Order: sequence, then C-alpha cells, then structure tokens
Amino acid sequence: MTGTTTATVAPPTVAAGRRLRLARLRDLALVPAILVLILVGALVDPVFLSTANIINVLQQQTELSLLVLAEAIILIGGKFDLSLESTVGLAPALAVALVIPAASNGLGTDWPTTFAIPICLLIGLLVGAFNGMLILRLGLSAFIVTLGMLIVLRGLQIGITGGQNLFELPPSVLYLGNALWLGLPASIWLCGVLFAVGIVVLGFFRSGRSIYAVGGNADAARAAGIRTDRVVFIVFMVAGVLAALAGLLMTGRLGSVAAAQGQGMIFTVFAAAVIGGVSMDGGKGTLFGALCGVIVLGLINNILTLAGVSAQWIQAIYGLIILVALLLARLTTGKAQD
Amino acid sequence: MSAADNQNSVAVPGATAPGTGAAPGVAVEAVGVSKRFGATTALADAGISITTGETHALVGRNGAGKSTLVSILTGLQRPDSGEVRFGGELAPPLSDRNAWRRRVACVYQKSTIIPTLSVAENLFLNRQAERGPIAWRQLRRRAGDLLEEFGLAVDPGRLAGDLNVEQRQLVEIARALSTGARFIILDEPTAQLDGVAIERLFDRLRSLSAAGVTLLFISHHLQEVYEVCDTVTVLRDARWVLTRPVAELGREALVEAMTGEAVGLVTGTARPPLPADTPVSLRVDGLRLGDVYGDIDLEVRSGEMVGVTGSGSSGKVSLAETISGLRRADTGTVVVGDRVVPPGSVPAALAAGIGTVPQDRHREGLIPLLSIAENATLPINGSFGPAGLIVPKRRAAAADRMIERYDIKAPGPDAPVNSLSGGNAQKVVLARALSTDPRVLVLINPTAGVDVRSKESLLGAVRDAAAAGTAVLMVSDELDDLRTCDRVLVMFHGRVTRELAPGWADADVVAAVEGVAAEQPAAPEGAQQ
Repeated sequence: MTGTTTATVAPPTVAAGRRLRLARLRDLALVPAILVLILVGALVDPVFLSTANIINVLQQQTELSLLVLAEAIILIGGKFDLSLESTVGLAPALAVALVIPAASNGLGTDWPTTFAIPICLLIGLLVGAFNGMLILRLGLSAFIVTLGMLIVLRGLQIGITGGQNLFELPPSVLYLGNALWLGLPASIWLCGVLFAVGIVVLGFFRSGRSIYAVGGNADAARAAGIRTDRVVFIVFMVAGVLAALAGLLMTGRLGSVAAAQGQGMIFTVFAAAVIGGVSMDGGKGTLFGALCGVIVLGLINNILTLAGVSAQWIQAIYGLIILVALLLARLTTGKAQD
Repeated sequence: MSAADNQNSVAVPGATAPGTGAAPGVAVEAVGVSKRFGATTALADAGISITTGETHALVGRNGAGKSTLVSILTGLQRPDSGEVRFGGELAPPLSDRNAWRRRVACVYQKSTIIPTLSVAENLFLNRQAERGPIAWRQLRRRAGDLLEEFGLAVDPGRLAGDLNVEQRQLVEIARALSTGARFIILDEPTAQLDGVAIERLFDRLRSLSAAGVTLLFISHHLQEVYEVCDTVTVLRDARWVLTRPVAELGREALVEAMTGEAVGLVTGTARPPLPADTPVSLRVDGLRLGDVYGDIDLEVRSGEMVGVTGSGSSGKVSLAETISGLRRADTGTVVVGDRVVPPGSVPAALAAGIGTVPQDRHREGLIPLLSIAENATLPINGSFGPAGLIVPKRRAAAADRMIERYDIKAPGPDAPVNSLSGGNAQKVVLARALSTDPRVLVLINPTAGVDVRSKESLLGAVRDAAAAGTAVLMVSDELDDLRTCDRVLVMFHGRVTRELAPGWADADVVAAVEGVAAEQPAAPEGAQQ
C-alpha cells in the first residue's frame, strides 16, 4: 500500500511550472529538428529543396504516416498493434484477387472492379474488429494477439496469391496512389486531411478524449462512465481501416501488390510514434507529434540517400539515428522514456 | 481474527439495524445486505443508515467488511441479498453508472485521477462538452471557477500527474461534488497525508458538512473519527455491530465493539525470558524511507521474537521489506551480528543471514507451477551437487525432510505448489525462509488467510526457530501472531509509537494501532499549527 510513487512529495511550484511548459513544448519539440534537417539536406545536395524531391519525400511517407496515425491512436488508448503491416499487404491483395480474372492470379470470383476499394477497407475493418474481439472478449494480451495476426495475415496473403505479386490491377485500385489533385499527389491530400481530422477529434471531442482517458487509467475512465471496451474496439477497427488505406496507396504508387508489401514497416512505425512523443504506456502523446516523427524519419532517409551513403550501410545508420533521436527525445523531456 | 464471538455484547442486526420505513432525513441506507465471495462471507445481513448532512464513520478491523459495503453503496458490486436506498428510493440498476454517479461519489484509496491529462479535463472527465467540439478555454475557466469555489489553488491547465497526493485527493472531491452527488464516501482519505494536510482536509470536510453534504468516512484511526464524525457504525467479522452517535460512545466501548472482546486464544506456553547477555542479532539504526517511515531504531536479540503491528498506512510492511532487502531505505543501516547488510539487495540480505516470509505468498512467495521441492529449496539449490548441478534425489530428500518437519500436508515433494491449501503453501514459504538457517527471520502477515490448524503449526515452527537462536521479527495484523512474541512494537504514521510488554490486552494493541492510546504523544505534525 505504501508504494513510493504515492508518497512522493510534489516539487516546488516553480519546478512544476517549468515542467508544465516543457510538457506543452513537447508537442513542438520536433519542429526545430525538422528545420535543422531541412538545412542539412539543403547543404548536402541542392536537389533536396527542389519541389520534385520534397513531393517525392512526402509521398513516400504517406503510407508510413497513415500507419503511424493508426498506431498512435492505439498506443494512446493503451494498447498495441503489430499486425498493421500485414494488413497493408493482405487488404489490397485480397480485394484485388476477388475482382481480377483467374488468369491474372485472381481467385476467379470476378466481382465488379468498383467493389475493390470498399472490399479493401472492409477487410481492414474486419481485421481490426477481430483483433479487438480477441483482446477484449477473451482477455488476451494485445502484443501476442497482434503478433499472431501479423504472421497469420501475411500467411493468408501468400496463400491466396500463391506467393505471386499481383500486376494486372483495375484502374480504381491504382487511382489513389497515382492521381494528382491540384498539382499534389492525392495521397498527400488524403494523409493531410486524415491527420487533421484525427488531431481535431483527439483534441476536441469527447470521443477522442475518452481514448486518452482509457489509456491513462482505464479504471478511472470506467468510473467516469466511459465504455472502455467499446472505445478500444472502435480504435482497433479505425486502425485496421487506416492500414488498409495505406496498403491501397502503396499498391497504387508501386502499380502492383507485392507478396511482401508492408513487411518490416511496423518497426519504423513504432520508432516514428515514440520519437513523436507518443507513450508506449498509453494516455500520452499527440497526433501532431506523431506526424512530426514521421517527417523526421522521412527527411533522414532522404538525406542519407542524397548524401550517397552506400546502400549496404544505410540501414545501420538509419537505425542508429533512430536511437539517437530517442535519446534526444528523452533528454528534452527530462523524464524516463515511457 | 477474534474467533470467539461474544454473543451478548451486541444486538442482533435485524432487530435494531436501520429499518425500511425511511425517515425523510435518511440520505442513504443499506438494509440486510449480504455478500459472499466463494467460501468467504464478506457481509452477513449488515446494514447502515446515514442521515442527510451528517458525517458518518464506518470502522472495523481489516476484513470486517468495510470495503465490500463501500463497493455495494457505490454500485460497483451487487449484494447477494438486501437493498440499497438513496433518499428512500431504491438504488438504480448497476449498469446505469450515470445515475449512481449523481447519487454517490467515492474517493478511493487508489487514485482515480488520470495523470496524463490536465486537472481541468480530470474534473470534467467524459463530460467535457455536451456535444460537439470541446471549448478548451471555456473548460479551463469552468474548472478554474470550480476549484476557486472549492478553495483549491491549482492551475486547471496543469497535468494532474504533477499534483501532490493532497491536491489530487481534493481534485477528486471537487469532481465528486461537481457531478451533483451530495453523498460522498471517503475511503481512508488520511492514509497518505501528513498531519497538516489531514487538518486541512478535516476543515474542508467540516465546511462541506455544514453545506449539507453527507459524508461517509472510513478510517483506521479512531481519533480522526472523534475529530470529524457525528455518528459511527462498527462492523465486525462481516456483521453490523452498532450504530451510535460518536459523542455517546467512549473510546473503550468503540474498541471493544471492534474487537468483540475476543477471548484471546492462549497459544503456546509462556516463553522463558532470555538471559541478559544474549547477543543482538538484528540491529536497525535510524532507518528512513521517504514519507513511509522514519527514525526506526530497533534491536532483536538472538532467540527473541519481536512483533510489529500498525495500520495499513503505518509503514510496517515497508520496514520489513527494507530489512529483507526488497526495498532500499534513504538513510540508516541494517546490521546482522556485527555486519552491515548492503541495502536494497535480497541476495545480500540472504547472505547476511536474513530469511523472509514475504507479504503475499501468491505474488512474491511462491512460483505456482513449480513443485514443492523446487520452491522450498530455491535458496539452497546450490548445495545439491557440484557446479550448480541439482541432483534430483538429493533435492527430494531435502524436501522430504522439510515436509516432515513443517507438517506440510502434500502428496509428495513433486506436487506442484499451487495444488496446496493456503496454510500448507504458507508452510512451504516458511520452510524456504528457514532453509538457509538464517540468523534473522522476517515474517510479514505469516498467518493471513490460513486456517486455525495451519496457523498453530506455522507459529509453532517459528517458535522452534526462535528457540534454536533465530531472531524473529514478526510484522502482523493478527493478534494471535503478536501474542506469541516477546514484545510488540506499534507503528503509527511511520514511527514506532509504543512498545508493549508481554501480557498486553487486545484492546491495548487495537487502541495503539488506531492511535488513541493515552501514552501516545500528540501528533507531531499537528502541533505545528
């Protein structure tokens, strides 16, 4: 009963006030880092600042950023989802396989191609709902459930497509990843709008704030009348849909559904979310911070490529930079990473 | 627990317990409430009736059924029988949380503040806005008004996690009032506060009460009951014992109602006094751990049994855990024989000769899926073969000896330890603690949840160890445990406030634990104001 945490005395008000300001600044903490990276990029190679390169960087990050959006919401709600990266592959693969002819590695169902996008998003929703059901109804650990789903979903995709990449895609599936709206790729618009919606909902609506409450202290949230299970369930379904949409964008951009589409992305997703200040313990972090985390990682990746770092070393250096970024995030908050 | 329940000292609950025909002044009442959890009866035909605007105390020893009654009054648990009424109306269904929130609010011992959100948001959790987007500026202003009205100088924009315990608790009370509830339950609100903060809280409770708020105050400290409460209800062994205005009930009568004048079980034979030159085995000098306890000096001689008791917030368990290396004190030393024990390390404590029976045998005491033999021989499994090799035969032989010696009822040394009853599992924990032949044995609530027979053999084994020269420090709430000790130290708010020589009466211990002993010095912090 006499835990040390409960017995801690509050620091003097001055220190508390300073920590409050730091906590507020935490949201903007990555903005200077982004500015520094842009400066470094411009020095490394003048091409960096060209419109083409900037758009390229942003478009490449759209799929990652949608996954980070999904993961950040789940982390704020105090849960965990590893299976998102497999949804990125399975949702478009299954949707495409249902609409293309058997000759092009389809399933032979030959459904109308207009159904492809709704089916893809529906698959994401169902995967999220299934995750939520296992975690909430059966009381299983979110880590293990979604780790299992990560493997199962990837296996399903390989089973359905026979391990083949799907090339002959209907134009509707390709559209979102390729279209230009007002001179910018549609995927960038989509991402921007979804992040804006997410920031507003999580910041200014009761439903969004209840995600913070559930992640911060589920018992307290329940005592306040929040239906905690329903919140978590919805969060998993929204995340599944976002992952499916990310898969759709990637499919359109690359012009095919690779058997390994999305594989390995989840580690970068977590890195971006944590660098962006989202707590792995739940209840803490903002979507704006998570977005900054994505942009930082995208810029670093781009600069390393432009700087001509050899392809064999780029992964090691990228990983090292993620660790350094985490270290800096830890130092700026002055609190233990959580 | 007082096994012998005196029949004639108390009235039958049904006869005088609050009746059903609710008087207009009754804010809350529970009538004929019973609740069982598996084999244990948490409440048996208990009841409480609280008049509007009064401050009502609910007291009873650990396990008397207070917390069960609270969870029934707050709608978190459904009674097996009986009913709860608010202002004469039957309580809403359990699923209608909002209706319950409008009628009753509870400030639990465990904080229900969300540390990662601001104070303002915590105050208006899940009702930040009627509909549509949240106007943060307006929400903060409303929170500011509420806090100001409540006289709490806290910036509503601050993170709730940055508040101290007192402020957090006040935010919870302010939140409870702002939901419209006029009946507030405070579950041991003073447990984590210091003296000055307690006084401030009491001032606040008095002004709330003057404003017509009905309070149910749960405390282990009887002097607090006398300080702030109008009426007191006593529960004992899951039953209602009495409800009486505080002014009409003397301290002795209250303590008596709580203990039920238990005819003490005379356990064991009186131990002969130790020779004057018996060496000191355990010495503790100036031990302090934050706000939990401080200024602890004590000596236990070889073969001596010293009991330590106190309420849940007295710091007694933390003290025992510090001595056994589970916690690290801020200052002070623990000395075994003439060797200072390196702090905060269980291996060091074991090496120094300190054996421990930890507080919770399920969580810290045993590894449930492993066998009795493995559990009991964990600290000595280096001695069953060369280079860490464990020769199964030798281990089984050692375990057989323990089963024999500590009277463990088990199919054999290979049976998994989670197949044992509570009493026998605890014997395994004790066997393990004694397996290293420690010079000092620290026990924390060793007979909690253990049947009478097992209790006897556990205490017998401890007495045998003491007779063989082990210094015993027994931290316990159970009077029967303490009765086997040569002397008993009582802790109150982190300090040792009394030492009881053998021959004490139960009432002495209870009174000292609750902080009403005549010898107890004036509360040190309270004197400052």
